[in-house]
Amino acid sequence: MRLTCPQCGERDRREFYYVGDAVALERPAPDAGDEAWEAYVHLRDNPAGETRDLWYHEAGCGAWLVVTRNTVTHAVLDVVLASDVKGGGA
Amino acid sequence: MAELIAKSPCDGLLPVEIGGVTLREVDLGHLTALAPHRGKEKSFAEAMKAAHGLTLPKPGRATGKDGKRLIWFGRAHVLLAGPAPAARLLSHAAVTDQSDAWAALRIEGEGVEDVLARLVPIDLRQQVFKRGHTARTQLQHMNVSITRLGDDAFMILGFRSMATTLVHELETAMSGVAARRAG
Repeated sequence: MRLTCPQCGERDRREFYYVGDAVALERPAPDAGDEAWEAYVHLRDNPAGETRDLWYHEAGCGAWLVVTRNTVTHAVLDVVLASDVKGGGA
Repeated sequence: MAELIAKSPCDGLLPVEIGGVTLREVDLGHLTALAPHRGKEKSFAEAMKAAHGLTLPKPGRATGKDGKRLIWFGRAHVLLAGPAPAARLLSHAAVTDQSDAWAALRIEGEGVEDVLARLVPIDLRQQVFKRGHTARTQLQHMNVSITRLGDDAFMILGFRSMATTLVHELETAMSGVAARRAG
């Protein structure tokens, strides 16, 4: 598997660390209620198809990335800097 | 008071020369990480130009020359190698002294690309990785910064704490390439 870092170009999987579902970019408001917070903290989909994950380019530029990929075909569809995504802050 | 003796990271290990490739330690002077504050990227670039005469490099590039270099060092930060950072930069960027944190090596000679190809997962051949190109990547399992200095010369920055391993890995690869060439 290879990911194309927006800053470094195409790099080997070994340079990246998987940090989980990109749901972390959609943090609920503090007063959003128990249900929203439980879903945010605990509930994850496990789709056969497109997923949106966070990856950390730890052995490269150190950027957090949002990677859209397909778990069935293993195709990597899109890689963007998390800081460029709404909710990515940075 | 105790008399402290400063040792370079690769003290006693270098230089070595194997099969026409030389590996030596270099003293880069001050090493300073500079991360411009959000929204101050432009004023930081101007202050850098005015203070040190260096152009802010794009991702994957280094500017300047021996003794005074500005190296892209990761997302939204650069490494100033050589001069101590001018005070005027402080209002534009987060400034961190890293002078003692890195082991700096220069590896050069015919076949140096073959040596690095054994250790580094990215393509460092001349046609894609030209003079002035730089990368943050791995050398075996160590995170490093690699910059091309010339047709057969690279600079490698590795963590000081891993200097011995870094030298060992490079020496082993140099021996391997030399043995291949001799055969």
